Amino acid sequence: MKLKLVTMALATALTAGSAVAQELVLPWMSYRTGPYAVGGIPLADGYTDYFTLLNERDGGINGVPVRLVNCETGYNTEKGVECYESTKGEGALVYQPLSTGITYQLIPKATADGIPIHSMGYGRTSAANGKVFKNVFNYPTNYWQAASVAVNYLLDENGGDLSGKTIALVYHNSAYGKEPIRTLEELSKKHGFNLSLLAVDHPGQEQKSQWLQIRRERPDYVLMWGWGVMNQVAIQEAANIRFPMENFIGVWWSGAEADVIPAGDAANGYKALAMNGVGTNFPIFDDIQKYVVDRGLAAGAGDQIGTVLYNRTIYAAFLAAEAIKTAMEIHGTKDITPEMMRDGMEALNITEAKMAAAGMPGFGPEFQVSCENHGGPGLGAVQQWDASTGTWSLITDFMEPDSEVINALIEEDSMAYAAENNIELRCN
Amino acid sequence: MFYREAGDFSTSYKEDSQTFPIRFDRYRYYVVLVVAFLVVPFVITDYWANAVFVPFLIYAIAAIGLNILTGYCGQVSLGTGGFMAVGAYAVYKLMTGFPDVSIVIHIIGAGFITAGVCILFGLPSLRIKGFYLAVATLAAQFFLVWLFNRVAWFYNYSASGQINAPEREVLGIVVTGPNTEAWAQYMISLVFVTACALLARNLTRGKLGRQWMSIRDMDIAAEIIGVNPLSAKLSAFAISGFFIGISGALFFAVYLGAVEVGEAFGINKSFLVLFMIIIGGLGSIFGSFAGAAFLVLMPVLLKNILVGQFGWATDLAVHIEFIIVGALIVIFLIIEPHGLAQLWRLAKEKLRLWPFPH
Amino acid sequence: MPDQVLFAMEAAINGLMAGVLYALVALGFVLIFKSSGIFNYAQGVFALFAALTLVGIMEGQVPFQHLINAIFGTELHGFGWETPAILAVVLTVGVMVVLAIAVERLILRHLVNQPDIILFMATIGLAYFMEGFGDLMWGADIKKLDVGLPQGGSFWIEENTAWLGGDGFYGFFIDRLDIVATIAAAILVIGLTAFSQFTKQGRALRAVADDHQAALSVGISLRFIWVLVWSIAGIVALVAGIMWGSKSGVQFSLSLIALKALPVLMLGGFTSIPGAIVGGLIIGMGEKLFEFLIGAPFLGGATENWFAYVLALLFLVFRPQGLFGDKIIERV
Repeated sequence: MKLKLVTMALATALTAGSAVAQELVLPWMSYRTGPYAVGGIPLADGYTDYFTLLNERDGGINGVPVRLVNCETGYNTEKGVECYESTKGEGALVYQPLSTGITYQLIPKATADGIPIHSMGYGRTSAANGKVFKNVFNYPTNYWQAASVAVNYLLDENGGDLSGKTIALVYHNSAYGKEPIRTLEELSKKHGFNLSLLAVDHPGQEQKSQWLQIRRERPDYVLMWGWGVMNQVAIQEAANIRFPMENFIGVWWSGAEADVIPAGDAANGYKALAMNGVGTNFPIFDDIQKYVVDRGLAAGAGDQIGTVLYNRTIYAAFLAAEAIKTAMEIHGTKDITPEMMRDGMEALNITEAKMAAAGMPGFGPEFQVSCENHGGPGLGAVQQWDASTGTWSLITDFMEPDSEVINALIEEDSMAYAAENNIELRCN
Repeated sequence: MFYREAGDFSTSYKEDSQTFPIRFDRYRYYVVLVVAFLVVPFVITDYWANAVFVPFLIYAIAAIGLNILTGYCGQVSLGTGGFMAVGAYAVYKLMTGFPDVSIVIHIIGAGFITAGVCILFGLPSLRIKGFYLAVATLAAQFFLVWLFNRVAWFYNYSASGQINAPEREVLGIVVTGPNTEAWAQYMISLVFVTACALLARNLTRGKLGRQWMSIRDMDIAAEIIGVNPLSAKLSAFAISGFFIGISGALFFAVYLGAVEVGEAFGINKSFLVLFMIIIGGLGSIFGSFAGAAFLVLMPVLLKNILVGQFGWATDLAVHIEFIIVGALIVIFLIIEPHGLAQLWRLAKEKLRLWPFPH
Repeated sequence: MPDQVLFAMEAAINGLMAGVLYALVALGFVLIFKSSGIFNYAQGVFALFAALTLVGIMEGQVPFQHLINAIFGTELHGFGWETPAILAVVLTVGVMVVLAIAVERLILRHLVNQPDIILFMATIGLAYFMEGFGDLMWGADIKKLDVGLPQGGSFWIEENTAWLGGDGFYGFFIDRLDIVATIAAAILVIGLTAFSQFTKQGRALRAVADDHQAALSVGISLRFIWVLVWSIAGIVALVAGIMWGSKSGVQFSLSLIALKALPVLMLGGFTSIPGAIVGGLIIGMGEKLFEFLIGAPFLGGATENWFAYVLALLFLVFRPQGLFGDKIIERV
């Protein structure tokens, strides 16, 4: 204990000197290298560009400039730990680890350090239960809700009846890929469809067995939970066996330009889930062009603007900025701490007006975060690829998941975690 | 000058056969121990513990384990990642199954379980040799990862398939879980490293070590002079597995706190530890430490220089980091093909003669 | 015939095709190991580098554009021309030859007469280097590789085999890319065999493979042979890179195909070119059949990765030097 006091005193002595200029520190654990660089590059660019825009256009958030601390993880858990430790001392407000593995890693650590984590559409699904996970947020949606949205979409397509149909799930054989299985099993009981599971081992360059099985069994629909090279190969193999692309739906990590482009025209009609708007048809992109690209400040090569994954982290950055504003409002100060940031995230209320003010009207659904619910309503849409124009477009509105089924699962898993780690429930 | 045997007289057999027969070596060793145990814990910060010291110490244990098998006994293994996973999952099952028993016993237990698994996958070594043996250990690597991913019992049927280390104490000090102090994390790793290194050092100097080395140098000849290849090879697999299991257990429980098997213990880990012992020096305990230090510290150091000092873009820095590490490996090899340990030995030779080299 | 049998046949045929693709990667390893005793860990990275270079040349990318842009603040994105596939392939072969010369000059020359493990380690360093260098040179984003190879299932085969089974059988599925890969592999093997049998350099190569010192003593230049072998391995890597890259696009993961070649190598023997092909076929067919018969129905799938090694292990227990490897003779 004494030791901690000494180190804390040292740390404050060291940081006191530098904390003169007011700024908002946001660590950014991105990956532009390694096996998942293909997805990581647009993700990294979007977040960076959004805050560059805020700094250039508005001088930051409510006048306080944002300082992004880049840290390259290479999607590697150990490097993620190094990144966390090297940035947390700088007054980091919120971590977005961009990797399910690193998120799991950081959940206990960041909770102990009192720094919030926002894992948007990845990470631990049951962290949506704010009663157990005080510092972890995964709004607006998560994998289980994604599976349910996909099934709801198929229900709509089939006039509300899926009984007797077969849905195959092609998944990355890892914790991430196995996420939707429980939900889909529950839903298959409820709606009477058959579920067929096909695991693809990492990295997924060779999927002939799985796709031959799909060709034999002829499922009505195929869902995919893939990431990295597995996506490109799966879409190519689906095209090879001439599986109808409009019956093939990927999760939001399996639906970027990079996933469909290698398959060329054959990928036309492929669908994927979406949690945010696609394309550059939003006022914010004019501003990005004007304040960021034209001034030569674009992150990376600047060639990713408007792609699916770029827009996703634009959205993540927007949510972070809104949470910062909310935190400033609640606490009436411009110098916010991670604890205040956490309160801001918990009180986050995204309205159409706020999105329009940020230049992103209709970019995502309206939602509200609460003490109990850190996961948001879980609305998701479906997007479709048009190979001739090379664009994704949303083909549905944001749809509700089957909350009844999902909430029961979230409750069960988070309570197990609480019991295992002796966590007291909050929000009573 | 001061580093030489001259004037260092042994008056008993015990003194003659001690680990560090040269006085200067002995003092250096004591100084390192004193610094490691009595100085570092008081100045260590979270960053230094998590980014540098703890991974270095844990990889050093794994490297010692693999060095026993590959460096001393000559059996190439590419299953280290899988065996570390056995240690991690064993300690997880023990921790959650017997919460009242001390974590130290659990970690040692994980070592024994891994030793058992290692013996099983070591059986083909009696027939297959050289690079071909790597296939048996690779089979272990891929099969074990698949198994831990597939069978829900190993991760206590959690929905995510990840395992999380619950909080455990040693002598009233929290050593696992998120509330661990940096120095506690460091100390428990250090205690295990010291114990393992001592054990390994003395095993390799003894009868067992000589048997291993005779098998490595030529197994038929060793058999003729009365070394039982079955017991020698399998004991190497078992003891190597014991160390690797301990390192896997620490890697999960103390260092990361939460792991997913495919990501944390994939084939890359096997290669990484193998690179460590080759770069450090095969058949050398010091080499295990040197190799682990090189591959853990070098990237962190380069990153901090390139990004922290020069302010380069992080991705360019990583690419250049790869280029530099690769080039350094090749340059080291051209200068000294037998690893960092040989450089150290040469330095000592030079020191003995200094300042009169002829 | 009952459908189940036909499905098993289909799995087996596709396994053989996949095996050819594995063998393509394994060939590069065998060539280098045979002539210089080096286990070239960097072979997978070579395939990635070759494919990256090919795409880069085809699309007229400026090498090191990110680095140049970062240092000089320029906005380079490409030369603005596209190179035809054939010319790009020829240029890429040239780059691989230059690479081979560089490897010989900078690494191998300094490590003559060192133990195998040291040379293995040098290739580890090389692999690290090339990983960073390739990404730095051509960028880490995904690139579509289209050299005009056909892709997708063959209609013709499908239609003409559908009558074999009942309603549930739609004819055999065979990917046209796999057929091309098989032809390419056949040409490569025939070419290599012819080269090593009927040309002076080829005979020199075999002599070196047999005995370094004897070859040296009759006046064969080891250095030239090494450059030659590494160049050929580079070309083989290019072919493998094209085949795999057509499926997945060219990206970092391409370097991981080396993992698929390891069981093939061990099964076929490190020193045999026919071994690589036969090993690839056995591994490919074995893992696909196992997945079809046992893995997917009973074990929950994704068994291929480890089963390939278990299969290789089973063969090795009976033939410890691999199917076609040199017999291990031990003398005391």
